[in-house]
Amino acid sequence: MTLLDINKLTVEFPTRRKVFRAVDAASLTVEPGQIHGLVGESGAGKSTIGAAVLGLLERPGHITGGDIVFKGDTISGLNADAMRKLRGKKISMIFQDPLTSLNPLFTVKEQLVETIQAHHDVSDAEAVQRARDLIDRVGIPDPDTRLDQYPHQFSGGMRQRVVIALALCSEPDVIIADEPTTALDVSVQAQILELIKELARERQVGVILVTHDMGVIAETTDVVTVMYAGEVVESGPTEQVMGRPEHPYTQSLIAAVPRPTLKLHRFPQISYGGRETRFAIEDLARNWPKVENDPSKPLYEIKGITKRFLQKRGLLPWSREYFTAVDQVSFDIKPGEVFGVVGESGSGKSTVARMIAGLYQVDEGEVIFDGKTVSNLGDKAVQEAYRQDIQMIFQDPFSSLNPRMRVDEIVAEPIRHHKLMEGNAIQKRVEDLLDQVGLGASAALKYPHEFSGGQRQRISIARALATQPRFLICDEPTSALDVSIQAQILNILKDLQEHLGLTMLFISHDLPVVRQMCDRVAVMKAGKIVEIQDTESLFANPQTEYTRELLDLMPKLDDLSTENLE
Amino acid sequence: MLAYIIRRVFQSVIVLLVVGLVAFSMFRFVGDPVDNMLGQERTQTDIDRLRTDLGLDKPFPVQYFKFLQGAVQGNFGVSYRQGRPVSTIIAERAPATLELALVSGFLAISIGIALGVFTAIRRNGIAANTIMTLSLIGVSLPTFLIGILLIYIFSVELDLLPSFGRGETVQIGGWSTGFLTASGLKALILPSITLGLYQMTLIMRLVRSEMLEVLRADYVRFARARGLAERAINFRHALKNTLVPVITVTGLQLGSIIAFAIITETVFQWPGVGLLFINAIQFVDIPVMAAYLMLISVMFVGINLIVDLLYFAIDPRLRVDGRTA
Repeated sequence: MTLLDINKLTVEFPTRRKVFRAVDAASLTVEPGQIHGLVGESGAGKSTIGAAVLGLLERPGHITGGDIVFKGDTISGLNADAMRKLRGKKISMIFQDPLTSLNPLFTVKEQLVETIQAHHDVSDAEAVQRARDLIDRVGIPDPDTRLDQYPHQFSGGMRQRVVIALALCSEPDVIIADEPTTALDVSVQAQILELIKELARERQVGVILVTHDMGVIAETTDVVTVMYAGEVVESGPTEQVMGRPEHPYTQSLIAAVPRPTLKLHRFPQISYGGRETRFAIEDLARNWPKVENDPSKPLYEIKGITKRFLQKRGLLPWSREYFTAVDQVSFDIKPGEVFGVVGESGSGKSTVARMIAGLYQVDEGEVIFDGKTVSNLGDKAVQEAYRQDIQMIFQDPFSSLNPRMRVDEIVAEPIRHHKLMEGNAIQKRVEDLLDQVGLGASAALKYPHEFSGGQRQRISIARALATQPRFLICDEPTSALDVSIQAQILNILKDLQEHLGLTMLFISHDLPVVRQMCDRVAVMKAGKIVEIQDTESLFANPQTEYTRELLDLMPKLDDLSTENLE
Repeated sequence: MLAYIIRRVFQSVIVLLVVGLVAFSMFRFVGDPVDNMLGQERTQTDIDRLRTDLGLDKPFPVQYFKFLQGAVQGNFGVSYRQGRPVSTIIAERAPATLELALVSGFLAISIGIALGVFTAIRRNGIAANTIMTLSLIGVSLPTFLIGILLIYIFSVELDLLPSFGRGETVQIGGWSTGFLTASGLKALILPSITLGLYQMTLIMRLVRSEMLEVLRADYVRFARARGLAERAINFRHALKNTLVPVITVTGLQLGSIIAFAIITETVFQWPGVGLLFINAIQFVDIPVMAAYLMLISVMFVGINLIVDLLYFAIDPRLRVDGRTA
């Protein structure tokens, strides 16, 4: 029997000006033991479907059409109390960010026991026993100790296991997993997905897996539904949809996925819905100072840099404890190349970037840029000159732009700071830059919140280009973005390297992206570099066990259609 | 943990010393106590003798040192005006102020938190909006005006409650309490409302805004998705997470309830330490003023320490020693 049948569901959010239709007549079904992938870009309405099934739509959103049938009973339109009984008991949910979905002030045991007792009439002792079994089942070692710990004492992956245990408390029939692995490392992601697959099989639970990650879909799901702008554009068995996509949107989406096995010169720009934004690299290159890259001399020499963070404070030097985030890291960056640093979270890759950028002091070793030592600068003049030559693009386009500043102020700030121009020339330059990155000069007078994630990352790029730097540090520049937007931003970065001769340090945990972007790659683990190689040979022939493991964990995208790729 | 407390106490002592120093240096500008103490018929010899007796001829750092010397032994000197030991005078007056502060603090916290939670949950309800509007009045009206209004309505017009004093009190040991007699309890009502109203509205608004923040958090959404009851979500999961900022502000506000009971005590002629302080200023009664100020700063420092320790009790993330999360 079909577990969950969503039939022509329509969800609307009335706003002051017009009614926004978040989900438009979407239909899908979930069978017991089946994992149903729901894929699409942000704003496609996939999370809204999940919220609608649970009756957790944010007001003023409400269901205006269609119905949701759970095991033969229509559940859409039930009152709040009946919905609450269903929630958790029959249908559970797993949220995206395990760091924020657990209450920080209660132990894991308290949260589990509370949830178990909300659904089952059991004694305290029995509830604790069940909680212990669940913790054990989701693969958390040493459940007896772990039960009495608080969420902050767990790592991200372990917390997501706790979240899954909480979702299982009531023995639900359907689990809605909303981007359950987006915030996790690749290795942890693989484990969590494996756990979800096992649970689905073992308990015959139907799972709706909401994600924007095609790799996750290809690896995990049995059936997939592709959504675009609130509508279902394509639905069917995963292999069929991924391998032979029929709808042009699905085709463009799949074409934009970076492949681990294939290096593309550029990502194909297949636009759907007319949202493609141009990037005027030729205009930008015309006014760019000519850089002569001398390939024989490295642009950067990083010599044994080390960073320690104070872990335990103490009055006396010997009672202090330090954590070594980066340990004796050395490498060269040649002019004009894109140098990648990969590693899992906590491997110290961002710390390396920050030390090179001068945001962190270097505890040992030195950073030499263009023949001059630039680490721990004392000399103000050298410092200012260096700062002008390097710029950073950060991961999170939402927090890296000051929300109280207008876009023109944001982009003009580096120009003003370095006193590169004055008066109207600044305004002109800012407008040109915004035009060149594809936002149009009219963006100057808006504030960051008026833009989407991809557009904001373009603002960041405009800001980084304002001082006409020679070196760009990109710290996970696309990991917060949708695939198609990611493809656009990566293309822009490729253009910058090619046409302006920019050198880049590209930090990422996403190996397929690194393969597309980088000329050489350093693999980091626990503060040390384990391997440095040319990208192609690294992927073809990894030298260390750790790199091999990382490569093995990459989602296999062999089933994905290779149509439309160059 | 113990090291932390010791460090905090050490910091507190420094704070107290600085407060005392500042207070002492200011007394010299209040006036000359000798003028008030001697009658019209004084001679220069009388004045000089009294100055020597009181130690006022010594330089001010020496005076301060002598004061500290006495203070650590619990001896705050003798009141110039009453000629009795300051510690005895304050001990007589303290129960009145502390009882008043206790009642109004309790009212402020309990009603403030309850209303804060209520207005946050029923964000757009008529009742919640009415409360929010009324609370603006509580924040903006000055204390003495509220006191006078309450006296006018409940004492003058309705003649229900007394307009001044503590009513009958009962002595238990050295403590005079108004809690045990009907007139004592009645006398407490108006002053404690007057004193606590501002704090109550402040706590309410703070709890409300913190609650609204927390109710949007992922763990509250997840709690809802797990099918927990609304009551458990609002009062267990959400309220506890609002407590850290609420305690910070509430702690300081409770301190000021005691410290700044002066206005309320003046309006209601409440025989507490605030009124004592006002009289002491008029008479340049330096020992009383110094003792009062030290008392208040000890209390503030103490409350701050308790607030910091409460953080540890509430938020487990702070308990892990120095480890980064």
